[in-house]
Amino acid sequence: MMDLRELYQDLIVDHNKRPRNFGKIDDTTYYAEGFNPLCGDQLTVYLNLDGDRISKVTFEGEGCAISTASASMMTEILTGKTMAEADELFELFHQVLVGEIELDDDTTLQLGKLAVLTGVRAYPSRVKCATLAWHTCQGALHKQHDGISTE
Amino acid sequence: MNSTAVTDLNSDDQVAQWRADFPILKTQVNGHPLVYLDNGATTQKPQVVIDAVSHYYENTNSNIHRGVHQLSELATEAYENGREQVRRFIGAASVKEVVFTRGTTESINLVANSWGMANLKAGDEVLVTEMEHHSNIVPWQMVTERTGALLKVVPINDAGEISLDDVRGLISDRTKMVAISQLSNALGTINPVKEVIEMAHQAGALVLVDGAQAIAHIPVDMADLDCDFYAFSGHKIFGPTGTGVLYGKEALLEAMPPWQGGGDMIRIVRFEKSTWNDLPYKFEAGTPNIAGGIGLGVALDYVSGVSLEKIAAHETELLNYASRKLQELPGLKLIGTAKHRASIASFVLDQLHAHDLGTILDSEGIAIRAGHHCAMPVMQHYGVAATARASFAFYNTFSEVDRLMDGLNKAVEMFG
Repeated sequence: MMDLRELYQDLIVDHNKRPRNFGKIDDTTYYAEGFNPLCGDQLTVYLNLDGDRISKVTFEGEGCAISTASASMMTEILTGKTMAEADELFELFHQVLVGEIELDDDTTLQLGKLAVLTGVRAYPSRVKCATLAWHTCQGALHKQHDGISTE
Repeated sequence: MNSTAVTDLNSDDQVAQWRADFPILKTQVNGHPLVYLDNGATTQKPQVVIDAVSHYYENTNSNIHRGVHQLSELATEAYENGREQVRRFIGAASVKEVVFTRGTTESINLVANSWGMANLKAGDEVLVTEMEHHSNIVPWQMVTERTGALLKVVPINDAGEISLDDVRGLISDRTKMVAISQLSNALGTINPVKEVIEMAHQAGALVLVDGAQAIAHIPVDMADLDCDFYAFSGHKIFGPTGTGVLYGKEALLEAMPPWQGGGDMIRIVRFEKSTWNDLPYKFEAGTPNIAGGIGLGVALDYVSGVSLEKIAAHETELLNYASRKLQELPGLKLIGTAKHRASIASFVLDQLHAHDLGTILDSEGIAIRAGHHCAMPVMQHYGVAATARASFAFYNTFSEVDRLMDGLNKAVEMFG
């Protein structure tokens, strides 16, 4: 097992303590509720779109440090990205976490801040915690309001 | 030994002796001696059970109830001996009342499907409690939906207890079944099942007791309890996984239609009509978990040898010690503070999610459960998504509780 500090890096602890963009967007049709059946964690992601560009992302709900930090960082990173760019980043993030793509320098660079979450690769049961917000965001982008699950 | 723990050398020696029966307890996890506090999920297996299962596969593996050769006869004898050991352990009147299943979940589904489909109709009611495990909710939900019967729920208070007045108020002549856990897996509450059974019987309702958590902690006697059905799993009482028991009163089982069809449950098969085997085989279609049934019998004899009274006494001291220590931790809230509790300490910590806690404790070699414990309505009652749960068995020690506390302090420090 790796050092716990590699899983719970300071940035994760910080985002967990003070989640960014936490709250609801009232007047949007782009939202989805996501659910991790393994632990019962639930969160909702809200989006504002400007054309096909994401102008605002928020989330609310309760989850573990990994899921909260991942959601919080996601809201920062996706702001200003196009839907296609968001899809691409999620795809990359997901593939790295499940071990389909090697975490080399190039991938680390592409992931940016998200790279701090790659510690979960050593904890297979926690990968879903890191991807819950992202699955949910996909649902929100496609106006699939509920039933988003990590399963 | 921690000075605040109950320092009874004899009891320490006793626990050390018990621990020596369980080879896995010598395991190292992440560089630390294993502290196994997830007994509510499944218990560890003593060497005698492991040996019984190996012995079966090494020496007598064969199908049962049908072979004329020696191995089959030996296997049949060992498996049926396991059934007799179960009968003795739970005080059933006859082995006809002991149906082997895959576990508690299958036992409850058997009753819900066989008894429920034959007996429930629109207007009837099934009563469960708010603290039930999903496996004692969902089968009843499914059968009440199909029959038009109504599912009613006895609420819990904030300590995690039901009130007998509520039960009395909810039972009526429409109530056909009361399904209740004897010991809550999420809260540790011991329910007053005997009183509930009396009330239900007075109203003409049957009672199914979910004994999944209770069986390894509370002595039970079917004759004394007088429940109509009792369900438990072998793996929660030091037996193999994939084994379980449905106890049912003979007259009720006799009147119930089979649930699953197949080999072993039939007497004569004709395309026009088949007839059913005697009890308990009528409910045991297909080749069962033979090694498991044998292992379960051995596990129950092992527990009888240790004595459930001694087990309960040690676990009560352990739980009291753990509860006291846990409550000393700032920001910790126990979920489930019933007056009568056993084996389980469920809790939440401010600013620290149960899953993070589970991962941090794991890095210290401490196994707990983090999650909703298949009791989402309980989580909803307390307004939490998940709790951390330390669940004890008789082989746990006071110093293991101290290790848990050290781990919790480390977690708090990390996230504080």
